[in-house]
Amino acid sequence: MKGTEAFQELIPLLGNEPVVHANGYICRESFSLKDREANFYMIGSMGLASSIGLGVALCKPEQKVIVLDGDGNVLMAMGTLAMIAAEAPKNLVHVVIDNEVYESTGKQRSISNAVPLEQVAKSAGYRQALRVDKREDIKPAFEKLMNSDGPSFLLIKVDPCFDPKTGRVTHTPEEITARFMNSIRH
Amino acid sequence: MLSLTSQAFIDRLIRENFKFFTGVPCSLLSGLISHLEEVEEAKYIPSVREDAAVGLCAGAYLSGSLPVLLMQNSGLGYCLNAFTSLNLIYRIPVLVIMSWRGQGGKDAPEHIIMGDIDQKLLETAGMDYAILKPDNCDQVLATAMRKINEEKLPYTLVVEKGLFDERH
Repeated sequence: MKGTEAFQELIPLLGNEPVVHANGYICRESFSLKDREANFYMIGSMGLASSIGLGVALCKPEQKVIVLDGDGNVLMAMGTLAMIAAEAPKNLVHVVIDNEVYESTGKQRSISNAVPLEQVAKSAGYRQALRVDKREDIKPAFEKLMNSDGPSFLLIKVDPCFDPKTGRVTHTPEEITARFMNSIRH
Repeated sequence: MLSLTSQAFIDRLIRENFKFFTGVPCSLLSGLISHLEEVEEAKYIPSVREDAAVGLCAGAYLSGSLPVLLMQNSGLGYCLNAFTSLNLIYRIPVLVIMSWRGQGGKDAPEHIIMGDIDQKLLETAGMDYAILKPDNCDQVLATAMRKINEEKLPYTLVVEKGLFDERH
């Protein structure tokens, strides 16, 4: 499955949930496919999508909160997996698109080919951790996690396919903050 | 040096509507964290790294809470990218309580360099701060609240050794 296909499968499954996006191609693919007010596009601060999402989940316990992350980001912030496991927010779903490379900087290899991230999450203490590598398996896995208690982890293994011509997020960072905060209030 | 009680200071922050606290401990802040673990009105979440604490605080602010990050100045290095590529450009405020290890060159070797440059780093990044004293608490907090509520930017309170009661 190509990375783009994973987004094409996943994005239509979203309702009005806040989704915190990791930087790099995660932001750009999602933005290009469907821009949403409830999308927080993290353009810098690599590694922090998971901790930002944890903060949102802890402060909005009645609302499912999704982190849309990448393998490079997760590897950079493995300690945050432990924090999520320790705080154990039932409403957090951590989706990781794992292409085993730093794709937006030129496909330099990450080390997630050797490190099964869903097993890391499970061992850290996530309530559930699933791994899928076929497009048709994304929907049932995501829906299962959205309909049960978390913290949950969904690893989606993909092949790199990012087109560097894919647009960058056009909102300014201040606009992203205002839109996201507005959507979360309502 | 006159000291502030941790309890009075935390209660003061809670009255300013700070209810979400996280950080990585320092002995100079041990009284504050101990008190946070005891009060019901506030939540203290242990972070494993200071930059993760910055992320956590950002998420809390985006969800309508006012966050506080407690850390030693050794954590400032880890936080600088988060401050510059998240908080400052997105206008996501946070109140930072940062202990000043290495002040005046009198401390363990690992603290000496950061003790000399921590406030210069904040200035270079364009981040406002004040050294908290028992007699400037009201004034400094008023400045911090303006920075956070009006400019939507981080503000750092620098804590010297002996300012707060320590518990360890």
